[in-house]
Amino acid sequence: MNFDFSDDQKFLRDEARKFLEAQCTSAHVRAVLDDETMSHNDEVWQKIVEMGWLGAAIPEEFGGLGLGMLELCVIAEELGRVLAPVPFGSSAFFFAEAIKLAGTDEQKAEWLPKVADGSIVGCLATTEGPGALSASSVQATAKDGILSGTKVPVTDGDVATHAAVLAKEGSGTGIYIVALDQDGVSRKSLKTIEPTRSHAEIKFDGASAARLGQETGNGMSVLDRVMNRGAVLLAFEQLGGASRCLEMATEYAKERHAFGRPIGGNQAIKHKLADIYVKNEVARSNAYYGAWALSTDAAELPEAAAAARVAASEAFWFASKENIQTHGGMGFTWEVDCHLYYRRAKLLAVQAGSPAVWKEKLVSALEAKNAA
Amino acid sequence: MDFTDSTEEATFRAEANAFLSQHLQPKKGAATRSGNYLQRAKDWQKVKAENHFAQITWPKEIGGRGGSSMQQVIWNQEESKFDAPTGPFAIGLGMCVPTVIAFGSDEHKQRYVQKALFGEEIWCQLFSEPAAGSDVAGLKTKAVKDGDDWVINGQKVWTSGAHYSDYGIVLVRTDPDVPKHKGLTMFIIDMKQEGVDVRPIHQASGGSEFNEVYFTDVRIPDADRLGEPGMGWKVALVTLMNERLAVGGSPGPDWAEIMDYARSSGSMSDQAFRAKLADWYVAAQGYKLTKFRTQTALSKGETPGPENSIGKVITANHLQDICNSAIEMQDHYGIISDKDHAPADAIFQESFMWAPGLRIAGGTDEILKNIIAERVLGLPQDVRVDKDKPFSAF
Repeated sequence: MNFDFSDDQKFLRDEARKFLEAQCTSAHVRAVLDDETMSHNDEVWQKIVEMGWLGAAIPEEFGGLGLGMLELCVIAEELGRVLAPVPFGSSAFFFAEAIKLAGTDEQKAEWLPKVADGSIVGCLATTEGPGALSASSVQATAKDGILSGTKVPVTDGDVATHAAVLAKEGSGTGIYIVALDQDGVSRKSLKTIEPTRSHAEIKFDGASAARLGQETGNGMSVLDRVMNRGAVLLAFEQLGGASRCLEMATEYAKERHAFGRPIGGNQAIKHKLADIYVKNEVARSNAYYGAWALSTDAAELPEAAAAARVAASEAFWFASKENIQTHGGMGFTWEVDCHLYYRRAKLLAVQAGSPAVWKEKLVSALEAKNAA
Repeated sequence: MDFTDSTEEATFRAEANAFLSQHLQPKKGAATRSGNYLQRAKDWQKVKAENHFAQITWPKEIGGRGGSSMQQVIWNQEESKFDAPTGPFAIGLGMCVPTVIAFGSDEHKQRYVQKALFGEEIWCQLFSEPAAGSDVAGLKTKAVKDGDDWVINGQKVWTSGAHYSDYGIVLVRTDPDVPKHKGLTMFIIDMKQEGVDVRPIHQASGGSEFNEVYFTDVRIPDADRLGEPGMGWKVALVTLMNERLAVGGSPGPDWAEIMDYARSSGSMSDQAFRAKLADWYVAAQGYKLTKFRTQTALSKGETPGPENSIGKVITANHLQDICNSAIEMQDHYGIISDKDHAPADAIFQESFMWAPGLRIAGGTDEILKNIIAERVLGLPQDVRVDKDKPFSAF
């Protein structure tokens, strides 16, 4: 038993941390926050592309670094710590994983190298309205390579060049790869509670699209598998954010004085931060298990991914709001970074299905296991 | 990142499991405490020791296996699958005897270690007092030097197993004129000697597993002192650190047990229940997997630190919450604790009554959170009004 990352993976983590602390500062994040027309921070994005991280889990034969899912998890946590305002997750966690899982050999050869070298930016387009995604909530339709319908919101929909779109096909659903810069596609930027990331409403009207893979009608089951992988990777991103929130709150509690001593000497603050710590550790442990299940393609992946997502969503939510609380009035100013984490926590919690959805997936997976 | 056994680990696990299967029944629910539990515990301890499965990390010279912490973990995991009567020896072998090994003389080790290991003698730990629980350094039991002996007067409380213990380690005040932490000394005490009066405490849950222990002019030879006079607090910290290394199993019913009940009672179709079940699973996994991470650190030679405090904070509250929900799911019927009526052998009712004690014993929720905040996060200590003043000033 060895429930930890390897020395090489920890080295990658340390290097990534140093790199991002220098290249993706609060100012880089705020540049996107304060400029409505900015979909992402391209200066940061290009540096990340140069590092080759987008290809961490893409095989070398497809232009990637050929490392693995564990390395991608390590990178995800570091990006989460700095709230990187870039479409990394959309392209590497969702779009690329969809291609890897369901694409034909030609599709893998066509798309994966382009994800890896940043020449395309992928995103996932599934939901069309409020509420949990289900097969019956999908109205967008694909027929004979033509896609019509509307997807909203699409995370990184503004900056992406391509989308993997969930659409009705025949009596089932399919996932379709669509180039977003074509006549049949129009995009409208959306105002969201998370302005450091781009979001768009995308309308498809006679857009040309290619089905991912050759099997028809299996869109929801492919998406389910993609989501399990994305859930683990997002969990690491969430963990990074939650860890930073605890660090910020702890630092502030040591510096800020009231009644003649640091506020962190009061049990109300100490216990609050201890609670954050415990939730973060529960999230970390579940995320590590998810990483293991992902990297070994274990039978436990469905429940491991669900538990990782539920734990990480709860941890980041709790840490981000209690970080604001610990900062008092200052935590409620635009200039202090607490609210940036609060916003990102919410995006990550709902981006790939809300915790309620994943709790249900978890219990269904447990029922299936018990039934065996 | 590897959750599977290495070849050596798998071999050891198989060996452990085979041995356990030979001697014990698989566990169904909580371990059986009926029959002559104490004698069964002693017999089982002897069998383990004879076969080098007792205290796996202790050196072979003192009767252990000379094995790794990971092997101890594997053994604990396998043993917890069986109806193993280990209760009476947990404190002695997990906390008291390691303290004797660390601070005792060669004579002490010769006299006590084997007998404890082979189940012949049982130990208890006497720290807490009525006025000194969370603030155990504030204890009052006095020891006064008289010739070659120390004379002890005072009282301990919450002493688990004192009623069947042969020996104990006792923390007493030898110098009241210095700050409280500096005036303590640890001793080995013969629990059967004159002047030691054990009185059971009637627990809120109904049983009497712990006791008050009164000392009236109890004489302890100076030779039975563990560490120098005034060093008692440092010795106590070693005892408590060993407590952290002891890896226990689940204290009661968990998500799997309440899920079994839900399946049999039709509650699996209740959305609210399903959401809670998911939360319980995530917490239980969080606790279990965090233990594995700690064990990985142990196996790499790192010393587990105060991070271990998170275990009990999670599990005690978790247990209380699950048992509470299970009873409410049974509605009015849930109050029945008679095993002939109550589902699942009344484990939910039993643990519901035990859970409040678990949130207090071995470090209250609040103290554990203080420990996390102060020793892991580095936040300032609470204001301690008596900190550097002589004990006698209060």
